[in-house]
Amino acid sequence: MCLAVPGKVVEIREEDGTRMGRVDFGGVLKDVCLEYLPDLEIGEYTIVHVGFALQRLDEESAMQSLALFRKLGALEEEFGDQWGLAAKQAGERRPPGTEWNQETVG
Amino acid sequence: MKYLEEFSDPVLARKLVDQIHATVTQPWAMMEVCGGQTHTIVRHGIDQLLPDGVEMIHGPGCPVCVTPLEVIDKALEIASQPGVIFCSFGDMLRVPGSGRDLFRVKSEGGDVRVVYSPLDALRVAQQNPDRQVVFFGIGFETTAPPNAMTVYQAKKLGIPNFSLLVSHVRVPPAIEAIMQSPSCRVQGFLAAGHVCSVMGTAEYPELADKYGVPIVVTGFEPLDILAGILRTVSQLEQGEHVVENAYRRAVRDEGNPAAKAMLADVFESTDRAWRGIGMIPQSGWRLSERYREYDAEYRFQVRDITTEESTVCRSGEVLQGLIKPHECSAFGTLCTPRNPLGATMVSSEGACAAYYLYRRLQTPVPAEAVASSG
Repeated sequence: MCLAVPGKVVEIREEDGTRMGRVDFGGVLKDVCLEYLPDLEIGEYTIVHVGFALQRLDEESAMQSLALFRKLGALEEEFGDQWGLAAKQAGERRPPGTEWNQETVG
Repeated sequence: MKYLEEFSDPVLARKLVDQIHATVTQPWAMMEVCGGQTHTIVRHGIDQLLPDGVEMIHGPGCPVCVTPLEVIDKALEIASQPGVIFCSFGDMLRVPGSGRDLFRVKSEGGDVRVVYSPLDALRVAQQNPDRQVVFFGIGFETTAPPNAMTVYQAKKLGIPNFSLLVSHVRVPPAIEAIMQSPSCRVQGFLAAGHVCSVMGTAEYPELADKYGVPIVVTGFEPLDILAGILRTVSQLEQGEHVVENAYRRAVRDEGNPAAKAMLADVFESTDRAWRGIGMIPQSGWRLSERYREYDAEYRFQVRDITTEESTVCRSGEVLQGLIKPHECSAFGTLCTPRNPLGATMVSSEGACAAYYLYRRLQTPVPAEAVASSG
């Protein structure tokens, strides 16, 4: 029930003085109340829960997160976490004092 | 679908898993608060990809599961009354009350209807002015704004035959209760992303500080969960305990101001009993004085409710993270989704249902045994 699904706003209208819209969930269209996002525009993505848009999805943040995830392996390849690789090969935890100083991910 | 598939990418998941392995030097136990996250974790076997001794403790964030038995029984009572149309989300239908459920009430002739949105229930009320229409308003901070808006609309449009049976619960008081439990093993939290989409992050720094636990706001796709775990273990390894937001695409620090303003108008804070856990002070919301005429508890004086919980079911311990579902002797034998003894076996967010769906044929080794042999 707490499931909230991302969808794209394709239509905005007024109904009984309430800001409503149609949101496209990968081909499934639903009527959604947009009252809580007064400046959400057609074409934007939003998180929808039980028929309400609760927050807009920020494309830039999404791209940044994915870019950082991609960079993770690249960093390891570039700088080589030798203890980590050895621990992985051995199937064990890395020994204390050999912590890998990675950048935190977004 | 956009924002779903790209955050399930197996190649990137592998990189995050590797990074978690590269970070961890000792056992850690962290709790994912939200039942939706529990399902992602169990479904994708994320907990089984973690380094030895790193344990995911499943939290109480399943709204259906923690709705108190007394409220379920009240719902069943109201739904059975002639002239009432009782509207609910579908996942409440099979939640066991004392002896029956909404599904049974419907079979016995009650007018129980499943709606997708609380606004649908309001529409039912408009279309049936001679009937009492009640919506079962349960859930965490994510579901509270839709319910609040619906009551606000009922008042604004003057729909007198609509009311809400309210049992809202909130995450921060639950985190506090978990940390105060003497048997608590939780060292860090993955906070529920969509709760924070509404409420923002302002309530969490105090908790992180008071209990010395990292709190990482986390989303629901596999990469989101892994990123949340990575940030949590990174903090733990470095002896830090701050609030981080690993779900920036859907969570702003300030949350959703319009939704928060509506919540402040429609609801007020109250003590709330959590099913299987007990009373948690100021952990719930009920309708405020201004909207009390729309409160089904006041409209329908349901009295003489004697609740009776299953004696075998250990869902309370599951909800508090004290045991894993398969450690209950009834799991998969006496208790199945077909004949659930506890709400955790019913809901799509319940930990028992997740283990039954995705892991029933395995016999996982209890985490304690893994930790001590590692």
